[in-house]
Amino acid sequence: MTLPLYDSGVASGLLSGMLFGYVLENAGFGSPRKLTAQFRFSDWSVFKVMFTAIVVAAIGLYVATAFGWMKAGSIFIPTTYFWATLTGGALVGAGMAIGGYCPGTSSVAVAAGRLDGLFFIVGMVLGTALFAGVFDRIEGFYSAAAGPVSQTLPELFGIPEWLVLVALVVLAVLGFVAGTMLERLYGGPLSAAQVETEGEIASVTEIEIVEITAG
Amino acid sequence: MPTAVRPFWPPLAAGIVLGLVLLLTFLLNGYGLGASGFFTRLTAWLGGELAGPVTQANSYLGPFLKGANPLASWISWEIVGVMLGALLAALTGGRFRLRLDGAPRLGGGGRIALALGGGVLTGFGARLARGCTSGIGLSGSAPLAVAGFLFLIGFFIVGIAVSFLTRRIWA
Repeated sequence: MTLPLYDSGVASGLLSGMLFGYVLENAGFGSPRKLTAQFRFSDWSVFKVMFTAIVVAAIGLYVATAFGWMKAGSIFIPTTYFWATLTGGALVGAGMAIGGYCPGTSSVAVAAGRLDGLFFIVGMVLGTALFAGVFDRIEGFYSAAAGPVSQTLPELFGIPEWLVLVALVVLAVLGFVAGTMLERLYGGPLSAAQVETEGEIASVTEIEIVEITAG
Repeated sequence: MPTAVRPFWPPLAAGIVLGLVLLLTFLLNGYGLGASGFFTRLTAWLGGELAGPVTQANSYLGPFLKGANPLASWISWEIVGVMLGALLAALTGGRFRLRLDGAPRLGGGGRIALALGGGVLTGFGARLARGCTSGIGLSGSAPLAVAGFLFLIGFFIVGIAVSFLTRRIWA
């Protein structure tokens, strides 16, 4: 058996998707308040979960290749288009800070009963249509400053892959420590109980009514 | 029969499991996980249904309408799976509830407006970056692609910067 299987079938998609969605919801990533709290430094779950996942998968891919279970260069590695990659990431970050989600987490939110996730998806469809509408005019920017095809960090820095992995583990540990300290400073990460009981529209209206009557 | 609200998984545990799911997906399909690719196909399909000639003539979405239905793709099944998996987690965790979530300091109209506006920026940005937080950020960084880390640098820096403007309504 050679890996990867290059299985693009229905069962493969459903299996990966179900596991992905199950983990994301259990991590609390269906909540827009928890997701945006990362940017306010009060909840470092997004950084912690993503960075850990990247390190675990990176080590797994390294081991699978080293043991010959998988051929080097057999999986898809995206190419950098400096300005488009950076600006695109920036817009997705801005979109999360404003709308509360990214594409994957908005799907998780909808599945957990959040109607605002549906509006976020409508927005994404409009944004995609807008991009398609102006594509011919921004094609130069879209393809500008292209890096070497499928360039990786070991290639960029000219150092061995294991050293990059060690550096990422060190960064992850530092990030966990710093993140946990900042979480304490800013009130701590949002628990499931907080996410499920606070921030209701009803309670906001009550606060407004109390303020109006008090004023 | 409402289930009591169960706590979220600790971030380290969730991260390890997510990393293993990502690794499994790489070994299965050779591409890793994604999400925005589905919404591109959804946009192409909707465009084809509502404004066929315009969408077919479009240099970005047009190619999606050639050949099979743009929704007949691995990533569409993956998103169906994501929603099923998330539904299962929310139901068993006592966290499924119909609601209009969003910025706690806003009413319904404001929450809808922010969700729509944020969605537009995200939809546009994900096309520009050739992927989203899952497709480029996560699945690009795992095989150590420069593109993955560059995406995440832009994502976090601008997310934090914009959050300075929106924190009063989101906190």
